[in-house]
Amino acid sequence: MTRLLEIKNLHAGVDGREILKGVNLTINSGEVHAIMGPNGSGKSTLAAVLAGREGYEVTQGEVLYQGKDLLELDPEERAREGVFLAFQYPVEIPGVNSAYFLKAALNELRKHRGLPDLDAIDFLSLVKDKMKVLDLREDFLKRSVNEGFSGGEKKKNEIFQMAILEPKLAVLDETDSGLDIDALRIVAEGVNKLKKPDNAQLVITHYQRLLEYIIPDFVHVLADGRIVRSGTKGLALELEERGYDWILKSELQPA
Amino acid sequence: MIDAPISDAMKETDPYLSEFERFDKPGASSHPSWLYPIRKAGIARFAELGFPTTHDEDWRFTNVTPIAKLPVAPLLDPTDHRLKSADLAQFNFMQMEATRLVFVDGFFAPSLSSLGSQKKGAWIGSLATALAEEHWVLEKHLARYARTEKNAFTALNTALFTDGAFIYLPEGTTVKTPVHLLFVSTGRRQAAASFPRNLIVADKGSQLMLIESYVGLRKSVYFTNAVTEFVLSDNAVVEHCKFQEECLTAFHMAALHAFLGRGANFISHSIATGAQISRNNIHTALAGPGIECVLNGLYVTRDQQLADHWMFVEHAQPNCNSHEYFNGILDGNSKGVFHGRIFVQQGAQKTDAKQTNKNLLLSDTATVNTKPQLEIYADDVKCTHGATVGQLNDEAIFYLRTRGVDLETARRMLIHAFAGEIIERVRFRPLRDELDSVVWDRLEENERVAVKK
Repeated sequence: MTRLLEIKNLHAGVDGREILKGVNLTINSGEVHAIMGPNGSGKSTLAAVLAGREGYEVTQGEVLYQGKDLLELDPEERAREGVFLAFQYPVEIPGVNSAYFLKAALNELRKHRGLPDLDAIDFLSLVKDKMKVLDLREDFLKRSVNEGFSGGEKKKNEIFQMAILEPKLAVLDETDSGLDIDALRIVAEGVNKLKKPDNAQLVITHYQRLLEYIIPDFVHVLADGRIVRSGTKGLALELEERGYDWILKSELQPA
Repeated sequence: MIDAPISDAMKETDPYLSEFERFDKPGASSHPSWLYPIRKAGIARFAELGFPTTHDEDWRFTNVTPIAKLPVAPLLDPTDHRLKSADLAQFNFMQMEATRLVFVDGFFAPSLSSLGSQKKGAWIGSLATALAEEHWVLEKHLARYARTEKNAFTALNTALFTDGAFIYLPEGTTVKTPVHLLFVSTGRRQAAASFPRNLIVADKGSQLMLIESYVGLRKSVYFTNAVTEFVLSDNAVVEHCKFQEECLTAFHMAALHAFLGRGANFISHSIATGAQISRNNIHTALAGPGIECVLNGLYVTRDQQLADHWMFVEHAQPNCNSHEYFNGILDGNSKGVFHGRIFVQQGAQKTDAKQTNKNLLLSDTATVNTKPQLEIYADDVKCTHGATVGQLNDEAIFYLRTRGVDLETARRMLIHAFAGEIIERVRFRPLRDELDSVVWDRLEENERVAVKK
């Protein structure tokens, strides 16, 4: 078990407004962590900072990924090092063919790892296998990235890309939002199949629902920019029953 | 006595008028007699209209003063060009298997062309030759569609044209090999003007793939004034691509008029990457029911270029679909102009018309003027229009980067995609593939495609 990600006293915000107010979190390879929290608690900000989205300013603290400073890397460098963000709102990119895009991305990653480009035939057979797992339609590869996709298709596409790119650390930002129960099950199964001893998943969600399918090793509650409680999956169930209020209230007293 | 300098007294239209006097006296050319009144009306209309100014609503954003001020030398006689096929190999589509008609400074060049075998009753060849032989189709159709009342350049072309392509396909004729018209300006004379004129008559159920490309041999100032007329009878299917790649020092004014009959299927692509100032006027008349008409265009400009597309889509009959898609990619100080009007007549019920103009600005100093319009007199129609002007989508760039694609490649992908939206509508595969690489090469030349860190 190796230490994959260490977030230490992370403060970050947008336009001078502080949203993360000292987040501490350590993720080891082989683990699945869930971050839960009410709206506005900073969940998506955390995902954005980890992926390197522009406009977010880190004012304090550090993020170490495999022992190295993650924050000084460009988004593409993070991706090549094995960080993957499954978007809450995957972006439609008209005119960029899905197969072309995915092959370009995969070959960038392979180049970084010192591997030769995959040729068209190997790429296609790899892709077809993964498409079956996620129940994607045959014409999927011919379509533009996310263009005209339903909500479910977009989320499946995120996990599909994750399956192709095989990240070490996958951050799933509200992957369950907008999914019906069948799509949710397929997406979750896809994620579970990708779990390996040498990678880790950080699942960000508002609801406990997703965690019925993706079983976390640890659950953290993010509130007002800090992790206020950590536990095992039992914590998620408790949150489902009791809501967030009781934690927020008890948080007011020093632990 | 008024002591006015001669240059002031001389009007901008004069050189053309005197050229007409010289060239088009009745009986002075080998052209048939019915053409003379048409030409005469054309020059009269041109003299009356003069060159358009920016006070004219249709020309508000396109100042053609540099054309009007040209010390123009019309090319009304064939020149001894001495070109060889190898001189033309550099141009796009020249490697494509095609029936090819090459026009040098506006005149048909048989030695550079490859006509192949003609289908029975069909004509694919020079308009001048067809006029000399008094081809029976010409009188009925030539200069019957391109309207001269409002457009001085069309009027001028009608007065002065000498050659171009004439294509006639009898009923049921399918031309499997694409036809490529290459108009090359040699630039051997400064301020040379040429007036290509094309007529394509596709009779019932005939099919054609036509490429019309305009190029310059060397960097020089010249003026191309082209008019192309299409007549599609019932159920004719025509795919057409006009590729304007003139020298960046040249001027290009063109008009396309298509008269479409019942059940016709017409798709016309207009790709403009060249010329200092260019304008393409497109007018389609949907004159029968059940027509499919697609106008699809892309302009890619940089430096001081101006590319203008003006179109008028006239729905006169019910159950027709027309779609216009125009994308522009503008860099440097260049300028894009789009003016599109869908006009739906009272009887044209169940019209389905859609018009979009999207512009991508790669620099802070590029500008676009866009004016999509609908004018509808029928009550049961579906018409939409829209225009956008913007820069590359940051969200999309970030998305691509989170997948390992670097910033520069991400930008290129998006620019390519924007052009690809138009190019992917090209149905004829070899043309689509070639356009894809041609446009891509052109975009790569734009310095701002590469990110300056």
